[in-house]
Amino acid sequence: MIGLEHYLTVAAVLFVIGIFGLFLNRKNIIILLMSIELILLSVNINFVAFSSYMGDMAGQVFTLFILTVAAAEAAIGLAILVVFFRNRGTIDVEDANVMKG
Amino acid sequence: MQADLNTILPEIVISVYAMLALLAAVYTQKDRLAGPLTYGTAGLFLVVALWIGLGGQGTSSAFGGMFVEDAFARFAKVTILLSAAAVLVMGMGYLERHKMMKFEYPLLVALSVVGMMFMVSAGDLMALYMGLELQSLALYVIAAMRRDSLRSTEAGLKYFVLGALSSGLLLYGASLVYGYAGTTLFSGIVAAAGDGLAPVGLLFGLVFVMAGLAFKISAVPFHMWTPDVYEGSPTPVTAFFATAPKVAAMALFARVLHDAFGGVSSDWSQVLVLLSVLSMFLGAIAAIGQTNIKRLMAYSSIAHMGYAMIGLAAGTALGIEAMLTYMAIYVTMNIGTFAFVLSMERDGVPVTDINALRMYAKVEPGKALALLVLLFSLAGVPPMLGFFAKLGVWQAGVDAGLFWLVTASAVASAIGAYYYLRIVYFMYFGEETQGALDENTSPVLWTMLMGAALIMVVGLAGLFGVDSAAATAAAALVN
Repeated sequence: MIGLEHYLTVAAVLFVIGIFGLFLNRKNIIILLMSIELILLSVNINFVAFSSYMGDMAGQVFTLFILTVAAAEAAIGLAILVVFFRNRGTIDVEDANVMKG
Repeated sequence: MQADLNTILPEIVISVYAMLALLAAVYTQKDRLAGPLTYGTAGLFLVVALWIGLGGQGTSSAFGGMFVEDAFARFAKVTILLSAAAVLVMGMGYLERHKMMKFEYPLLVALSVVGMMFMVSAGDLMALYMGLELQSLALYVIAAMRRDSLRSTEAGLKYFVLGALSSGLLLYGASLVYGYAGTTLFSGIVAAAGDGLAPVGLLFGLVFVMAGLAFKISAVPFHMWTPDVYEGSPTPVTAFFATAPKVAAMALFARVLHDAFGGVSSDWSQVLVLLSVLSMFLGAIAAIGQTNIKRLMAYSSIAHMGYAMIGLAAGTALGIEAMLTYMAIYVTMNIGTFAFVLSMERDGVPVTDINALRMYAKVEPGKALALLVLLFSLAGVPPMLGFFAKLGVWQAGVDAGLFWLVTASAVASAIGAYYYLRIVYFMYFGEETQGALDENTSPVLWTMLMGAALIMVVGLAGLFGVDSAAATAAAALVN
């Protein structure tokens, strides 16, 4: 039987993978965007699992809000990435280093 | 329903204005409308600030407690609106001279201000999240506003990635809080958290929510984006980042801690003490080596958030009052200082190196004196208002028994004074090495600079009633 804790474990694992993806990734900024999506989706799993476990709709409403905001966030992130690429000519994480100190 | 809509009418007015103006500008003259739109937006902010400040009474909530309109929210909203209006008007000359004037800029600021107004009025995790994202998404875009500049786009990218991470942390915390409290309403969470005996899952959620909010106020160890974003963004945008969003995030922090977790203040106050000490010391020490004034202001704002957090860590009404007064004074000092930074140009090219200020007192004694007053105030030198801001949070800290935190902050402010005084030293005693700065201060910048400096000196007499307004606001939040 799959219970609440299984869903929470999967969500926690996805969340940690997302965080590690952000900090350990030294290659590509697109991977950062994917990691951010992963974090947001793990939160959604949490919300839906809690919502269904408690029989309370608020969690699922929250999930829908998160999905729409995540879409807007991805659009803005990609737009900023495109202007950055036009100026820098690369999207390597290590090349985003004009400012330091 | 009608009453609900009446409660959020100020927010509705600004959002409808932003959307209509966006449509109108796209279909008509585009960037030629940028100037009128900037003045229009600033004017609207002023009107709404007066409306909220003078018209608001008592406490009312809308949409089943999701949106709370009380004295605390009104204080924060008036501060946000006034500082945003000042920054908009201040930045116009700079943006026009450097051909960055886009009609989207004032409208994105308007949208982010709507987000901030929702943040400080949030009574539910959903309202909190939506307000925070509305504010953040607009800010990511204006950080990268200068599309042909590598620095500006890099600043936008860094701000976006770390801001999205902080939203993720906040949301994960929100999901745990929802799961263990069974509701997203603050009133329900405070009941579930109880008095001092919250379930472990709820405390876990609280820590994540606090981490997400600490990102937004750039508290150490979540500050890494601040210097880069401040340096890379166009200076008027940096001035905006240093003022209104900080007030909004700080007020939201106070709102979440007191409205949703008021019963477990002993748990969160330890975390705040840690964040506060780290911010004050990192802000004071890391700024010493900076020569770029925008980067220096970034570290300065990190340190100032640390001081303001002493008020939060106290967990009392007095602490909230001191924090709100601190934020109001901090915003005024920053507006004045950035008015000066915006006027720093040599042969029409913006300069941000503090070495350019060597012997500035000879060139323009009046402006140098005003900057001196502002820097003394930022450092917390006694006769200026900045000192009384610090004194307020120290008083609240001592009242709450946080003796060593207050001692540590006194030490940090002594270290931090060094880099403010170094600029003063450059202005009055430094040797002139490069050409002098242009003498082209626009009347607007001059007024803002002199006005802010004057407030720092004459504000001592009663603080213009800000402290009594802050006391009412704090009483509305903590009960």
